[in-house]
Amino acid sequence: MEVFLQQLINGVTLGSIYGLIAIGYTMVFGIIGMVNFAHGDVFMVSAFIALVAFLLLVSFLGISSIALALFIVLIVAMLFTSLVNWVIERVAYRPLRGSFRLAPLISAIGMSIFLSNFVQVTQGPRNKSIPPMVQGDFVLFTKNDYPVTLSHKQLIIWVVTAVLLVCFWYLVAKTPLGRAQRACEQDQKMAALVGVDVDRTISMTFVIAAALAAVAGTMYLMYYGVVSFADGFIPGVKAFTAAVLGGIGSLPGAVIGGILIGLIETFWSAYFSIDYKDVAAFSVLAITLIFLPQGLFGRPDVEKV
Amino acid sequence: MGNGAQHKRVDTARALRDAGITTLIAFCLFLPLVGFQTTTDIRNNLILVTRWPLLFAVVGIVGLSRLAYSLLIEPWLEQRPFRPPTAAPAWRAYVSKWLVPFAIGFVVVYPAIVIAIGGFGRAVKWIDNFGIQVLIYVMLGWGLNIVVGLAGLLDLGYVAFYAVGAYSYALLAKTFGLAFWILLPLAGILASFWGILLGFPVLRLRGDYLAIVTLAFGEIIRIVIINWVDLTNGYAGITSIPRPTFFGIPFNADDNGFAAVFGLEFSPLYRTIFLYYLILMLALLTAFVTVRLRRLPVGRAWEALREDEIACRSLGINTTNTKLTAFAMGAMFAGFAGSFFAARQGFISPESFTFLESATILSIVVLGGMGSQIGVAIAAVVMIGGTEILRDLEFLKVIFGPTFDATQYRMLLFGFAMVLIMIWRPRGLISTREPSVVLRERKAIAADLVKEGRG
Repeated sequence: MEVFLQQLINGVTLGSIYGLIAIGYTMVFGIIGMVNFAHGDVFMVSAFIALVAFLLLVSFLGISSIALALFIVLIVAMLFTSLVNWVIERVAYRPLRGSFRLAPLISAIGMSIFLSNFVQVTQGPRNKSIPPMVQGDFVLFTKNDYPVTLSHKQLIIWVVTAVLLVCFWYLVAKTPLGRAQRACEQDQKMAALVGVDVDRTISMTFVIAAALAAVAGTMYLMYYGVVSFADGFIPGVKAFTAAVLGGIGSLPGAVIGGILIGLIETFWSAYFSIDYKDVAAFSVLAITLIFLPQGLFGRPDVEKV
Repeated sequence: MGNGAQHKRVDTARALRDAGITTLIAFCLFLPLVGFQTTTDIRNNLILVTRWPLLFAVVGIVGLSRLAYSLLIEPWLEQRPFRPPTAAPAWRAYVSKWLVPFAIGFVVVYPAIVIAIGGFGRAVKWIDNFGIQVLIYVMLGWGLNIVVGLAGLLDLGYVAFYAVGAYSYALLAKTFGLAFWILLPLAGILASFWGILLGFPVLRLRGDYLAIVTLAFGEIIRIVIINWVDLTNGYAGITSIPRPTFFGIPFNADDNGFAAVFGLEFSPLYRTIFLYYLILMLALLTAFVTVRLRRLPVGRAWEALREDEIACRSLGINTTNTKLTAFAMGAMFAGFAGSFFAARQGFISPESFTFLESATILSIVVLGGMGSQIGVAIAAVVMIGGTEILRDLEFLKVIFGPTFDATQYRMLLFGFAMVLIMIWRPRGLISTREPSVVLRERKAIAADLVKEGRG
């Protein structure tokens, strides 16, 4: 029971990170019908930007308040990562819009290879580890000498994720930008006819996706304290799994899917085999797509002649 | 543009403004990761090092390129007279007629040319690193072309079958001591068996979903290979895999080795040349089988499936079998290539079968122009050959200093080239197709008219 509860806490934490990345996949897929393969690498780039920002704050400017530093790092990572994804969309995807279906996919795979190698070349191939930013934990209760704890970093991840999801929900549901986004999702041509700037809306979608990925990247860096250039692929595929599990195109689905994937992975590692935890996530992906292709909250895809 | 008589004047102010904005964006873009580098100091703490000169150089290059684009290239593009499409010039028909025989002739005599130019010492490198490497990817590209180009099934886990072939050969050869020539077909059969096995559950999926599930399968196979240490030796890989023999004559310095039997002086080059012709034969076999299959009912069914699955089903074609045969065929050639790879390297590890390989093979197929065999071959030469050549560009060291190592930029440029080629030619390098079935006259069709398949 106590192990179960501890794993539940760990799983939800990991799942929040996946959920934040998954929103990026699901939004981009929803609006332009493309699997943005480079999104996992955008997440990795954001973790590196956060790393640089953190070191800069601590060593050059000498900011000692961790809460303030973390807040600034988060904002900086969100801004710069948004810019990165905005440029990627302009350079690599926009020229291919309306082209045949495989072209953007290959372009995205190329971008993914480019980004991870760019970071490898500019920052070096070694793992980058920093001393823990946030320490300490709350002991919820102790049973059979096994303390169930909620660490401060886990709490930060939960709070930040929850706050951002509320902001994000407000953005999509209540603002003109969100309305334009949902309109483009349904019918781009029609949206353009009624005066929605489709190009701008798609650009903004990439910016929002990147900002959420940057939150995930910063949280990832804070939680694990280590990041490397190759860290984009596996979290990327898992987040995509989350998006598919939740029903691609569905925003609450992405978050719930992310938390489910986090839980499945954590419990699998705890109770079965940590070596095969990625197999668990990938199997969930395959099984979902085969038996429930529309996911938990997605609309079924009707095939027309 | 008016009536074509008025040329748009070069707007210097606008060009400068654009260049300024681009420079600003580039500065922000490169500031965190180029301007700063994270390194570890003596006490193994992570510290930041600034690289302002590099940052300003990169940003300057981007800004100046933008300026050059709007001042020079854009006006030139706009003033270029519009040429109505005319019939293809005669030389083009001539080239397309003789390209294939010439290319085959060239690859057959390639080792001789290399030896003649570089001598025995340098030739090993050029035949092995360049020739064999490119041909492996040509073969894999042609194998995947059956699945993606002909049947229109998007497969991102192709490397799994390559791995199955490689591990089948390595394990069977080491455990049972079976010869290469027995294991080559066996590896193909095992790989195609896996193709059918993995093909079954994904039959209902289409398009991107199919791609993702095949990616998942590819990763699962790799993770199993990594973790099933008893069988595969995990990350460490399998070493001292038996090398192929020349009809029973090994390539070594012994008295019964190849060199001694034929009365030649021993040289490692003989094995390299033998391996070169082996992979050439395998690649040509793949191409030949594909060409013949396109004329058989199953090949026609693949292309019909790519064009329209529903129409295909309503015509009474068994789409299940059609998809599975495509998977099995593609996987079989990957299995051949895999067993060749294991035999050539003598060492395999899960590192060789990552998603990056699948992505590389798929990109070769798409960049070549899906379904076009010659296009796939050209793409493999450009992408793989191009990155291999980067390994020994000595003159770059003269420009960038002696510590400059071009190989670390290999994959960076590879990814960049993928994006560029897609933007330049979204339909691939060869964007016309020879129709498989013709009524009266045979003419090339634009690739835009060929469906990419909904998978």
